[in-house]
Amino acid sequence: MITPSTVIDTNDTIAKRWRRATEEPVWIRITLITIALTFLTLFLVLPLTVVLYGAFEHGIGVWYAAVSDPDALSAIRLTLLIVAIVVPLNTLFGVAAAWSIAKFEFRGKSILISLIDMPFAISPVVVGLIFVILFGSQGWLGPWLSSNDMRIIFAVPGIVIVIAFGTLPFIARELIPLMQQQGKEEEEASLTLGANGWKTFWYVTLPNIKWGLIYGIILCNARAMGEFGAVAVVSGRIRGETNTMPLHIEVLYNEYMFTAAFAVSSLLTGLALVTIAIKSAVEWNDERRQRIAAA
Amino acid sequence: MSIEIDHVNKHFRDFVAVDNVSLTFRDGELTALLGPSGSGKTTLLRIIAGLEQPDTGRIRFHGEDTTDLHVSERGVGFVFQHYALFKHMTVFQNVAYGLTVRPRKTRPSKDEIKQKVMRLLELVQLDWTAHRYPHQLSGGQRQRIALARALAVEPKVLLLDEPFGALDAKVRAELRRWLRQLHDDIHVTSVFVTHDQEEALEVSDRVVVMNKGRVEQDGSPEDVYDHPANPFVYQFLGNVNLFHARVHDGVARIGDVQLPAPEFQGYKNEHGQAYVRPHEIEVFAGREHSDALHAKIEVISVVGPTVRLELRTDNSEELVHAELTKHRFRALGLAQGGDAWIRPTYSRVFLPDERVSND
Repeated sequence: MITPSTVIDTNDTIAKRWRRATEEPVWIRITLITIALTFLTLFLVLPLTVVLYGAFEHGIGVWYAAVSDPDALSAIRLTLLIVAIVVPLNTLFGVAAAWSIAKFEFRGKSILISLIDMPFAISPVVVGLIFVILFGSQGWLGPWLSSNDMRIIFAVPGIVIVIAFGTLPFIARELIPLMQQQGKEEEEASLTLGANGWKTFWYVTLPNIKWGLIYGIILCNARAMGEFGAVAVVSGRIRGETNTMPLHIEVLYNEYMFTAAFAVSSLLTGLALVTIAIKSAVEWNDERRQRIAAA
Repeated sequence: MSIEIDHVNKHFRDFVAVDNVSLTFRDGELTALLGPSGSGKTTLLRIIAGLEQPDTGRIRFHGEDTTDLHVSERGVGFVFQHYALFKHMTVFQNVAYGLTVRPRKTRPSKDEIKQKVMRLLELVQLDWTAHRYPHQLSGGQRQRIALARALAVEPKVLLLDEPFGALDAKVRAELRRWLRQLHDDIHVTSVFVTHDQEEALEVSDRVVVMNKGRVEQDGSPEDVYDHPANPFVYQFLGNVNLFHARVHDGVARIGDVQLPAPEFQGYKNEHGQAYVRPHEIEVFAGREHSDALHAKIEVISVVGPTVRLELRTDNSEELVHAELTKHRFRALGLAQGGDAWIRPTYSRVFLPDERVSND
């Protein structure tokens, strides 16, 4: 006789068998998840915790003293200034480069694509040296610059240049595959409907690349704030003048001011976290709008 | 508005896409540009739209030269094979786009735009989708929205690039009937590109057959199908069998079958190819007619109400395809591997080019 309980039993075994056929064995799943979580903990969560712990170990007062020190304030201001110049610049370049690569056919396209990757391939120290050779007082353009009373190396313009160079690929790299995959049909549709090039870009292209662009900007921004090697070479490390936040942290560290070093580090990390939070908020808001519109 | 294409050429590197094409599309006509892929039909359409610049030649809309006019100023409606709807906009915003991007001076008011968009959405029977996004619609619905969007700007000409190419067979058939009706209602000069001969023949007032960048034939659907100008058109428009034929004094002979070939009056004993459509072949089970050709039945396939036979005969290099009704097939009692006798009832003979006198 079939009782309800036996029916459930049979269903259960069928379900189990079916699960076995479509999923990995339990031990594989557990191993993979463990490996992923261990790595995340070791290389992401732990350092973040250490930074925050180190920064606030001696209380908020000490933290505040470290970040409101005139040299620290100067480094923060300089870093923000650089970000404000470099990120818009590279956004413009990235969109223009991706646009031309994805939507047009021209000679030297593959060379342009490889060139865009170059800043990733070259060591930041070498990048710094390249610009010292170009603009330094002993460099090719040095005499002309000094006779015109212009300073690039050991000054803010030099820092802007090396950081712009180092972060150049981020946005372009993010957008090129995206725009290539999207093709140009929507733009063409917009043009046939009477929209000019600028309106087409604003109403059709930009919304389509929005997420790639935001992601690229965040990466570019993070790197611009954190860039060390090339800046160390060209800035001359003048305290209160040409030290960016990473350089200032290194100075503090070298002078055994660990708490101060951690305090400024926590601020730098915080800035990075803020950009990620902004991205998530925009994403979440956009999704919600779409859901409401769809309902 | 008529469209005049005047000696247009276009090449991409070594590839000649459009080869000295001259055509005129009359006002209010629905024309199909028909050809295999790579025949230059899409390029020609894009040149008319202004999405592609011709190397040489002129395009005129109603006598007015538009060759150097930018796409956005030509006033064409363009429908893409893959719809090209704006993914991030609702259906309403998509259809309204052409009106909302107008400069403030010529832009209709919000209410006017709304009325117009809703009227167009009703026209394509999709007013209930106004607030949905393209990805929530089926392929056929998307293409109707794309059409409504193109019509919103009241284009002088409507250009459609393989509009039904991405849809499944049933939706295709439905949509093309619908397009025909729509065209009868709004009468805008339309050109649509297709590689599907059935679509071209069913929908259009006029068919232009293209191959390798050139126009092979230009005429009414009936004309093009019944009187193909050359072997290419014959083969491209529907299935066709090739038989060895002898032409002598206006008569073509395929084996013992004699068929009229009046255009070859005066030709003596020329060897040529006779083109015969599958439905223009009579099939017999026995030797009832002295002139019928003997054949062996290799394959029988039943497709709905029609039966297709593939037959082997000495008079053709390839297998001969014949079509008959299921009813007739049953009456004949034919069997796979058995004998049959076939007789072409109509043929069109083409001689090798060098044997045709041009006077």
